[in-house]
Amino acid sequence: MIKTDKAARMENRRSHDRLLKRLWQYMGRNRVLVLLAVFLSASASLLSLYGPKLSGRAINAITAEGGVDFSFVLHCAAWMAVCYVLSSACSYLLQFVMIRLSRSVARQMRRDIFDNLTRLPVSYFDRRPVGDIVSIITYDVDTVNQSLASDALQILQSTVTVTVSLAMMLSIAPILVTVFAVTIPVTFFFTRWLARRVRPMFRTRSRKLGELNGFVEEMLSGQKTIRAYGREGAVQQRFEEKNAAAVNAYTEAEANGTVTGPSVTFINNVSLALVCVFGSLLFLKGRIRLGDLSSFVQYSRKFSGPINEVANIIAEMQSAFAAAERVFALIDAEPEAADSPDALALEQVDGDVVIDGVDFSYDKKRPIITDFHLHAQPGALIAIVGPTGAGKTTIINLLMRFYDVDAGEIRVDGHPIRSVTRESLRRSYAMVLQDTWLFSGTIFDNIAYGKKDATMEDVVNAAKAARIHSYIMRLPNGYQTVLTDNGAGISKGQKQLLTIARAMLLDANMLILDEATSNVDTRTEQQIQAAMRELMREKTCFIIAHRLSTIKNADNILVMRHGRVVEQGTHDELISRPSFYRELYRAQFDACED
Amino acid sequence: MGRLKKYIYPYRIYIALTLLIKLGAAIAELFVPYFMERILREGTMPHQQARIFIYGALMLLCAGICLFMNITANRMSAVSSGKITRKLRYDLFEKLNSLSARQMDELTVPSAESRLTSDTYRVNEFLARGQRLGIRAPSLLIGGVIMMVTMDARLALVPVSLLPIIALSVWLITRKSIPLYTREQSVLDDVVRVVQENVTGVRVIRALSKAEYERDRFKGVNDTLTRIDTTAGSISALNNPIASLVLNLGLTAVVVVGAYQVAGGASQPSVIVAFLQYFVMILNAMLGVTRIFIMASRSTASAHRVADVLELPGDLAPVEAQHRTGGRETVPHIEFRNVSFSYTGVGANISHLSFRLYRGQTLAILGTTGAGKSTVINLLMRIYDADAGEVLIDGRDVRTFDKSELSGRFGVVFQNDFVAEGTIADNIRFFRPLDDAAVDAAARDAQAAEFIAGKEGGMEAEVAIRGNNLSGGQRQRLLIARALAGDPDILVLDDASSALDYRTDAMLRRALREKHAHTTTVLIAQRISSVRHADWILVLDDGKVIGSGRHEELLEHCPEYRLIAETQMGTGEEAGA
Repeated sequence: MIKTDKAARMENRRSHDRLLKRLWQYMGRNRVLVLLAVFLSASASLLSLYGPKLSGRAINAITAEGGVDFSFVLHCAAWMAVCYVLSSACSYLLQFVMIRLSRSVARQMRRDIFDNLTRLPVSYFDRRPVGDIVSIITYDVDTVNQSLASDALQILQSTVTVTVSLAMMLSIAPILVTVFAVTIPVTFFFTRWLARRVRPMFRTRSRKLGELNGFVEEMLSGQKTIRAYGREGAVQQRFEEKNAAAVNAYTEAEANGTVTGPSVTFINNVSLALVCVFGSLLFLKGRIRLGDLSSFVQYSRKFSGPINEVANIIAEMQSAFAAAERVFALIDAEPEAADSPDALALEQVDGDVVIDGVDFSYDKKRPIITDFHLHAQPGALIAIVGPTGAGKTTIINLLMRFYDVDAGEIRVDGHPIRSVTRESLRRSYAMVLQDTWLFSGTIFDNIAYGKKDATMEDVVNAAKAARIHSYIMRLPNGYQTVLTDNGAGISKGQKQLLTIARAMLLDANMLILDEATSNVDTRTEQQIQAAMRELMREKTCFIIAHRLSTIKNADNILVMRHGRVVEQGTHDELISRPSFYRELYRAQFDACED
Repeated sequence: MGRLKKYIYPYRIYIALTLLIKLGAAIAELFVPYFMERILREGTMPHQQARIFIYGALMLLCAGICLFMNITANRMSAVSSGKITRKLRYDLFEKLNSLSARQMDELTVPSAESRLTSDTYRVNEFLARGQRLGIRAPSLLIGGVIMMVTMDARLALVPVSLLPIIALSVWLITRKSIPLYTREQSVLDDVVRVVQENVTGVRVIRALSKAEYERDRFKGVNDTLTRIDTTAGSISALNNPIASLVLNLGLTAVVVVGAYQVAGGASQPSVIVAFLQYFVMILNAMLGVTRIFIMASRSTASAHRVADVLELPGDLAPVEAQHRTGGRETVPHIEFRNVSFSYTGVGANISHLSFRLYRGQTLAILGTTGAGKSTVINLLMRIYDADAGEVLIDGRDVRTFDKSELSGRFGVVFQNDFVAEGTIADNIRFFRPLDDAAVDAAARDAQAAEFIAGKEGGMEAEVAIRGNNLSGGQRQRLLIARALAGDPDILVLDDASSALDYRTDAMLRRALREKHAHTTTVLIAQRISSVRHADWILVLDDGKVIGSGRHEELLEHCPEYRLIAETQMGTGEEAGA
């Protein structure tokens, strides 16, 4: 137990150091500002630290044996005023600089996270809840950011203050400084002990909150179903478990973290008492004057004050470190392997696609596709049919290189797709997926999304071809209507039509349709089919659909079962002989039983 | 915060106690410089050395009391704020679950989510910190002034005259920064939206190589956020330097004024030393007060967002039963009487719809996109209330049913329905107390048994978030199993079998016919093969019935239906086979 504790501590410290180094690198990008901050911080502290010295001298002048020395008191007071004004000016400038610094670091972090999001493999998002990623880019970055602005600043200033105060106290009464030989080590070890104790609690606090957020996101999105089944009570109970865990973790971290402040205040008050007692004894022996004692007391406050603050912010730093860990984990998540340096950029693809002996699985244990072969000539219409789970949607993932094959290879126009750039490969396909995706922006932006410099005319033509133009025109703002929340408020079918319009605008020689028409009603589908035929001319098309009528016109039908192509051929060929395809086709009309 | 009073109220005594302890701690802390002054004044007089130790001991005592009380009160503040937040979240989640679909549409899911998580978190933080700082800072501030006044009333005029200046500057700065924080929140929402869209649309974005574009889009919101955040921060950062400047100048004034007082014999020099101590204390308290202001303004916005939801009026409450008619056999199981409905109030999504369906029968609804198919289900299940007409189950208006009484009758699969993280069995059971046999039977009937058996772990196999490790067809069969598992009175399938191949679809239909003969089914489908066996088919267009009857009748009399049939079945000749 003790041993693992120690190991955990070592690991803690190492990760701590790594984090600090990373954070420093972020600061380092603004070296000038950092230097300026250090300079301003030192100036502000030094200037304000001269105050007690001056006030001490003034008090000495007040208690002088021959009565109050007014001219000297005023002289001191004037200098005090000058120091304080300059010090305040410096400290505002410092804050100003630090805010700029920390905000630019936060901005850079968010940008780095987002950049990595655009590079991460698709599989990353298939495994991770959205809410988790969102909370890192907002809540966690914000926590780090807050901590950088206030805490780093404090630490910077505290260092100067502690050093200068100590020097001042030594110059006034070295013997009194021995009081701190007792209190400072106590403070130091105490805060260190507490920090170690509290850090895992803060980590638990973040984790539990993340779990709660994830649960809430999931349950709110499934709310309609939960309600339809009348399961609100059970879900509420589950929620309450997560809620209690999150609140308890918060309370525990809070209850323990807030011990720091009072404890350090206590130690400060103890040293103040000791300084007063011993200081007065020294005074009685004539070894110190009242003004000097006053200065000493003020310095002792200043000396231990920062230590107090540092201890106070340790609690905040703990949560900042926990947040930074999550931020860096996301920034460091392994991106898609880069294209090889000599990767070819496909241009003007003919659309000759060969799938050659491909094996693939998502989790290595359960093969999804094994030894898959296919040759699609340019302009061919390839229909892929088969029972659910036969591996049809996986083919899209492989053609588009959302996932890489385990064995075998896929070639486009004779180039293995691993040797071409992903961008050029993906851009040579137009794609319409089962799950429609629209972003918050105008309808125009959504349709024009895939084509740079698309004109209004292009967009309108695409919308007309997708039979959505008249619907759009009926909206009050037409093409300038802003969609929010993945197009909440418009029907699934209309969303689908919009994504079809988007695909129609693309300048691609190959087309992928994944059950794209299954949510569009049959009448519209018939019209779309006509438009699609037009669009598909001279293009290689992969259509994954369950409606056999859609694929009757296919040049080649791949019938898939258990990850293998079991039959290939045209509809007429396949239907004319006993085949799995014929079985599937017949099943459509098993009305005969009635 | 006022609107959340009723959550704080049960803990009022506990919180009052916390604050009282905090007050005690502050008073103890205030006496530390007081005794210091006594040491310096009385202890330094000849032959009074004993007093040095007495007052020194009193200082230590005060420090000890302060420590003990603060730790206790801080712990108490964490406990009470945690309990309050827990209850608040509980109620909020419950409320969100009781909102009508219409209310939820208005609120939107992302907004509900952030209210339930980040807003309640902020309230929690405020409740805890507010209790810790809320009494400590003002009492140190006021107490410090009182101590100074009692020690030396004339010298105390200096700090007393300074406080209004500081208060004014704090007020001005806070007033300026609060609107900025409000704006910051809404820009943050934009950041969240862009990230969410990028995660959910990753395939499309990659396919179209729009990473660069998305990075630009993000850069836009990110830069705006940074700009507002920087401005807001720079303004509130003025608080600190201004307050310390004023107080430090005051300190200088105390030295000067003190010099005259001492010269006139009106003040003790040791009082000046003590004043300097109190000034430091007051300065810290002042900064504490400004922190409270900023915190309060931020969390008040959150409290309002939470309260807005909690105070929403209840919708869809059951109404008194008007009438009850007939026995079970003669009364239709489901009946729509001249029902009209509109989501927006503009244009009808359903107009004057009537039909009757008897127990064990199947109703199929077919129609174009936006024809109102899903709306029929929404009205039947009372997800929305009809604007006109009546929806009856067993002859009883659905509005007269108790919520659980109504939901207990249904097994339902919505379009793109929700798959939760957990095991396959969990998803079929869906929080209901169903035994394994019922779950297994439902999986078999839904034609899901085979693929489940093929998964490692079978029924206990984990389903990934949003069902990402299942194919579309597997997901649909899982959902159908869920709908069947409760042995429902009414089965509702909204486009629930679109990803199933024909064979599986046919086998599913057979299982329903044989094993669930008494279940009345309402299904929405696009395929003729899925609807042709129904006892009654409704063809909808633009919210109106344009054809109804059995398959054969519709083929003959409804041109739209015939067109659909021909599109799907080629020329239609197989249809008669």
